[in-house]
Amino acid sequence: MIHSLFLINCSGDIFLEKHWKSVVSQSVCDYFFEAQEKAADVENVPPVISTPHHYLISIYRDKLFFVSVIQTEVPPLFVIEFLHRVADTFQDYFGECSEAAIKDNVVIVYELLEEMLDNGFPLATESNILKELIKPPTILRSVVNSITGSSNVGDTLPTGQLSNIPWRRAGVKYTNNEAYFDVIEEIDAIIDKSGSTVFAEIQGVIDACIKLSGMPDLSLSFMNPRLLDDVSFHPCIRFKRWESERVLSFIPPDGNFRLISYRVSSQNLVAIPVYVKHNISFKENSSCGRFDITIGPKQNMGKTIEGITVTVHMPKVVLNMNLTPTQGSYTFDPVTKVLTWDVGKITPQKLPSLKGLVNLQSGAPKPEENPSLNIQFKIQQLAISGLKVNRLDMYGEKYKPFKGVKYVTKAGKFQVRT
Amino acid sequence: MSSNSFAYNEQSGGGEATELGQEATSTITISPSGAFGLFSSDLKKNEDLKQMLESNKDSAKLDAMKRIVGMIAKGKNASELFPAVVKNVASKNIEIKKLVYVYLVRYAEEQQDLALLSISTFQRALKDPNQLIRASALRVLSSIRVPIIVPIMMLAIKEASADLSPYVRKNAAHAIQKLYSLDPEQKEMLIEVIEKLLKDKSTLVAGSVVMAFEEVCPDRIDLIHKNYRKLCNLLVDVEEWGQVVIIHMLTRYARTQFVSPWKEDDGLEDNEKNFYESDDEQKEKTDKRKKTYAMDPDHRLLIRNTKPLLQSRNAAVVMAVAQLYWHIAPKSETGIISKSLVRLLRSNREVQYIVLQNIATMSIQRKGMFEPYLKSFYVRSTDPTMIKTLKLEILTNLANEANISTLLREFQTYVKSQDKQFAAATIQTIGRCATNISEVTDTCLNGLVCLLSNRDEIVVAESVVVIKKLLQMQPAQHGEIIKHMAKLLDSITVPVARASILWLIGENCERVPKIAPDVLRKMAKSFTSEDDLVKLQILNLGAKLYLTNSKQTKLLTQYILNLGKYDQNYDIRDRTRFIRQLIVPNEKSGALSKYAKKIFLAQKPAPLLESPFKDRDHFQLGTLSHTLNTKATGYLELSNWPEVAPDPSVRNVEVIELAKEWTPVGKAKKENSAKKFYSESEEDEDSSDSSSDSESGSGSESGERGESGEEGDSSEDSSSGQESESGSESGVEDERTAKRNSKPKGKSDSEDGEKENEKSKTSDSSNAESSSIEESSSDSESESDSESETESRRVTKEKGKKTKQDRNPLTKDVSLLDLDDFNPVSTPVALPTPALSPSLIADLEGLNLSTSSSVISVTAPVFVPMKTHVLLHRMSGKGLAANYYFPRQPCIFGDKMVSVQITLNNTTDQKIENIHIGGKKLPIGMQMHVFNPIDSLEPEGSITVSMGIDFCDSTQTASFQLCTKDDCFNVNIQPPVGELLLPVAMSEKDFKKEQGMLTGMNETSTVIITAPQNFTSSVILQKVVNVANVGAVPSGQDNIHRFAAKTVHSGSLMLVTVELKEGSTAQLIINTEKTVIGSVLLRELKPVLSQG
Repeated sequence: MIHSLFLINCSGDIFLEKHWKSVVSQSVCDYFFEAQEKAADVENVPPVISTPHHYLISIYRDKLFFVSVIQTEVPPLFVIEFLHRVADTFQDYFGECSEAAIKDNVVIVYELLEEMLDNGFPLATESNILKELIKPPTILRSVVNSITGSSNVGDTLPTGQLSNIPWRRAGVKYTNNEAYFDVIEEIDAIIDKSGSTVFAEIQGVIDACIKLSGMPDLSLSFMNPRLLDDVSFHPCIRFKRWESERVLSFIPPDGNFRLISYRVSSQNLVAIPVYVKHNISFKENSSCGRFDITIGPKQNMGKTIEGITVTVHMPKVVLNMNLTPTQGSYTFDPVTKVLTWDVGKITPQKLPSLKGLVNLQSGAPKPEENPSLNIQFKIQQLAISGLKVNRLDMYGEKYKPFKGVKYVTKAGKFQVRT
Repeated sequence: MSSNSFAYNEQSGGGEATELGQEATSTITISPSGAFGLFSSDLKKNEDLKQMLESNKDSAKLDAMKRIVGMIAKGKNASELFPAVVKNVASKNIEIKKLVYVYLVRYAEEQQDLALLSISTFQRALKDPNQLIRASALRVLSSIRVPIIVPIMMLAIKEASADLSPYVRKNAAHAIQKLYSLDPEQKEMLIEVIEKLLKDKSTLVAGSVVMAFEEVCPDRIDLIHKNYRKLCNLLVDVEEWGQVVIIHMLTRYARTQFVSPWKEDDGLEDNEKNFYESDDEQKEKTDKRKKTYAMDPDHRLLIRNTKPLLQSRNAAVVMAVAQLYWHIAPKSETGIISKSLVRLLRSNREVQYIVLQNIATMSIQRKGMFEPYLKSFYVRSTDPTMIKTLKLEILTNLANEANISTLLREFQTYVKSQDKQFAAATIQTIGRCATNISEVTDTCLNGLVCLLSNRDEIVVAESVVVIKKLLQMQPAQHGEIIKHMAKLLDSITVPVARASILWLIGENCERVPKIAPDVLRKMAKSFTSEDDLVKLQILNLGAKLYLTNSKQTKLLTQYILNLGKYDQNYDIRDRTRFIRQLIVPNEKSGALSKYAKKIFLAQKPAPLLESPFKDRDHFQLGTLSHTLNTKATGYLELSNWPEVAPDPSVRNVEVIELAKEWTPVGKAKKENSAKKFYSESEEDEDSSDSSSDSESGSGSESGERGESGEEGDSSEDSSSGQESESGSESGVEDERTAKRNSKPKGKSDSEDGEKENEKSKTSDSSNAESSSIEESSSDSESESDSESETESRRVTKEKGKKTKQDRNPLTKDVSLLDLDDFNPVSTPVALPTPALSPSLIADLEGLNLSTSSSVISVTAPVFVPMKTHVLLHRMSGKGLAANYYFPRQPCIFGDKMVSVQITLNNTTDQKIENIHIGGKKLPIGMQMHVFNPIDSLEPEGSITVSMGIDFCDSTQTASFQLCTKDDCFNVNIQPPVGELLLPVAMSEKDFKKEQGMLTGMNETSTVIITAPQNFTSSVILQKVVNVANVGAVPSGQDNIHRFAAKTVHSGSLMLVTVELKEGSTAQLIINTEKTVIGSVLLRELKPVLSQG
């Protein structure tokens, strides 16, 4: 299936290659570079490229291209999903998935890739198993290793791969047993010019951080499970129980993982927590325009909205912007034409606004359309859909774990057309 | 050297390398520049590495290897170090070894001779007792692409495919593909191995072997038949990557083996209706359909078993299921996939891209599927262009009369987008909507005309092109628009647009008689500077005008034709010549010029604006070929449905063959299929088994069991299958969950199953199989029947009884199981497997039906005394009172356990919290399955919980602590001997036979004296069953009453006979192997029977 993998950075250097079958020359990447050039924008590089002898399937993550070489028919999503899994693993191991981190840990990277794929077919992709096979680097361990000459490779052979619960390693021990769940909901919305909602939807995930000894068996129930319209599960979840009782029952992997992701049924009206008043205009035959936006709270359920950021991709003809924010700070990058306004919190008494003049390239026709505003915000302690965890029970172990649930609502792809 | 190596260590470890002198500097891989030339430093470095590899310090070697791997990773050549590296292949240090493996796999191909040196190390490792070492040796050995070792690899693969460890077998499946690509000559042999591995029941192996199948022999669909159902059933538990491969394979399989579930007239509309129909209507419809078409149950099985996978977190799995539904499910059921596919759109851009492509293809054929999700395809300004265009494509496909107005409003926003490429695509989209939906054609046209005054040229040009196409459909009424466009010619520069306008004018030259010649005049002026595309249209316009209005345009046209004659482009010169010959009359002009007008001014059909995804649907969805819209190497066509389904019995071949096998002549060939059948049923049992285990949460055995199974302890393993029958009913419910737990066991069973089943003969197993696999209850029956005849009949009966008895009471327990069936999967909290008693092992080895005609089974208890025993008095329990009684049900927690029901009462006026069982003090061998902690018990509340205790067939006391949040109370349960039994039913004949075998030491007897009225059979029965949980044996003689039971733990028979003598005496006889229990029971029965 997957023949080879090349990691390429933004400037087009191939800084790592790995082959699982016979060696494929680096020159195959030239086709990729060609496509990249054609696409102009990194985002637009087609994920699947056909070359005379190979097919290249690539992903773009964290300013890196993961380019895999394929020789025969294979479901492209299979490869894409796997490449993302590789990137996730790097992230998990090194804290970031960057060129520097990969270069610094090239041996671990190689060992990981060796374990994750055999002859092009995924072998071990569960982070719990990989961590048993190859220990992630820590500062302490690298110091100890250099003194004692020991290694990153686990000296005991892992059993997880063979166990009936492949996602959990055996013999986990913690002094403090804790189980935390983060219910994170994101509002995807498109708001049109007049402020009415064109499209809104809530996408949520429950991320778990489980540090429990032994083999705990958890079941998590909700006050209002019917809200969840479409759910995808971590493999540890027993599907039948969910089907019959709407209870999430599972033996968790150790550490951080995504338990479920869900979509809240679209029939429910989505509360939009903020509104934006905007007045952006460019005068005909003049080199300036007006820019004025104000943000205010709408349906915020009595919570404070914080971490607000407004990002605007201004039209190409904009040269510079002279604005005054009543709150927070703004930057405008004249090269990428991106305006970023870091607002912070909304205080209802005094609504934050950003006003000022826009300098346009003289002579150029005025922009056809006003730019749309991308808004980020965060509301702590609130799941906008109203989803509530009812209780968490643990079976199979004797101790009392410390349990916690946190709710956050964020803006997802939240766009206001102007 | 030592100081040196230390320095290296620090470098690789800490990363904060300080340069330690000249030598160290030269070894830094990252900075080959500096004082040394690139080349010389490379050479020198390698020298250095060689030295380090030869050192006897592991740390130096390790460091060298790390740097070599670094070189490989960067794509630098490190092949010259081969001899030095290969020496370390036998290193004791695991990390060095691993890195050497990495190196070997990379360079062995180039250095074949030297690579051979390492082979013996791997061959040795292949025999290692540790499965992981065997597996990794096989992995590396098969990755070394050296043709000479093909025979060695073949041998290794064959051996590994029979390995006890499923993990090794998985690696064997991978090795098959590697060997095949190295030497395709081996195909035949490899297919044999694949065939064998396909029979494997381990979920670990399934994905990999199907992958090998797809790569080596995808056309050998016959290999799948017998494994089809197994694969369907295992699917949920296979790891995600394997799922994808299996689903794709099964899709192809289904298309060759089943008839089409799509009705002939199942057109678009019909299907759309279905989608919206209420359930009832749909049912009705399906009912109707059933008359003509009945879906093969296997077909249904596949569709049903893949459905849960739509919920997978892995996009590839979801897509695979979606394409399966698309290609093989009845059209009315395909709707469910759309929700999951739309969910994937939240994922990263690459996933979106592929999913949108597939949705685009689907939405052409079945609009209804995605219509409810219309808004999910709305475009955001931040989407990459490729995503935007795909979304637009889908929106177009979904557009209909109902939603078009909303869509057009949305499109208006897009047209203004700063991304001009996208805006242009939107305009085309509007054009397509206009042609497809006649209601809005005019609206769209007006909108597009407005766009003609747009400032952006690309937008205008695109609009022109689209308008041209639209006008072609209804040219009559649009003279105004044409005039408007003619004016545009002055300003617009985009060639396509200019060409379009010219064509339009030419085509409608009679409708705009004044404008057309003027346009031609202008064009003639600028002819030389126009684009080729425009020039061709000028020529066309000229020709058309010449034919319709030659008075005004004759000269102009000739001028243009002259210009064209000397054009640089041969196309234009060609065209010029052609037109001239055709329209300008001269003596040489042939017959054709008469028809010139007809040729040029023919009525041309309007273009059909079609989706670019139209032609993709002949590729299987979700494939690379579909994405690229060309056939990729190795793409396997999805065949059309067969007209007539091939014989469906190839999949359940077992049924037929088993029936044949029933005739005493056992043929070797048939044994094969029999094997499979049993193993399958066994697996089902396994699952139910573990579910029952898990229900208890104790997970009593499974952890260990996996291992013991791997050792090949056949009897023990299959016995665990038996043990579990109690769970079988619930197993159905929770099959999936359960299977997950039972994985290791299922694997190990394969060998066992084979061994044991070679002897097997069976009768009713065939019905068991023909009924659905899910019915594990019937399966379990067949399993119990399927043992060989070598054993004594005694065991046979016992065995059979057990099965039946277990099943009946369990139906009652279903609710209870449901309640508990989640704690279950705590399996790994392994307690040691209770030692199997010899008699149970014997059970497994032999049971037969042929000799005993009687139906024997474990029966339900004849009578359940409601007598409760005090476990904890409320006074001593500070208000918590506990009573227990024996429900005489087979225990769901393990079938060596006696089930005990404990009723807890809160007599205080406060909540009692966290009631659970604390420390246990059990005699050796005794086991206990505790109930789940009770969070709180309300005042005056009472709750009944069940526990299982394995008393090991003794009357020893089980002591444990019953704890609440604040207190702990020591309590005891001592079982009456009569509760250590389970009733069995057997015929009188069997009873006598068994009794005959249990004489001498195994017999105890006593004489009872009591009043004669106590000797009626009902009284005796009542008295006996009150004391002991035994089953009555029908008796032919009035004066003899027989009762049979077996002990719970060991399953030893316990035969009780009451023989009435003259007068008021009776003889009480007990025959059992367990003489101690026998005599205790005798002692307890005697006073009861003697009483009045």
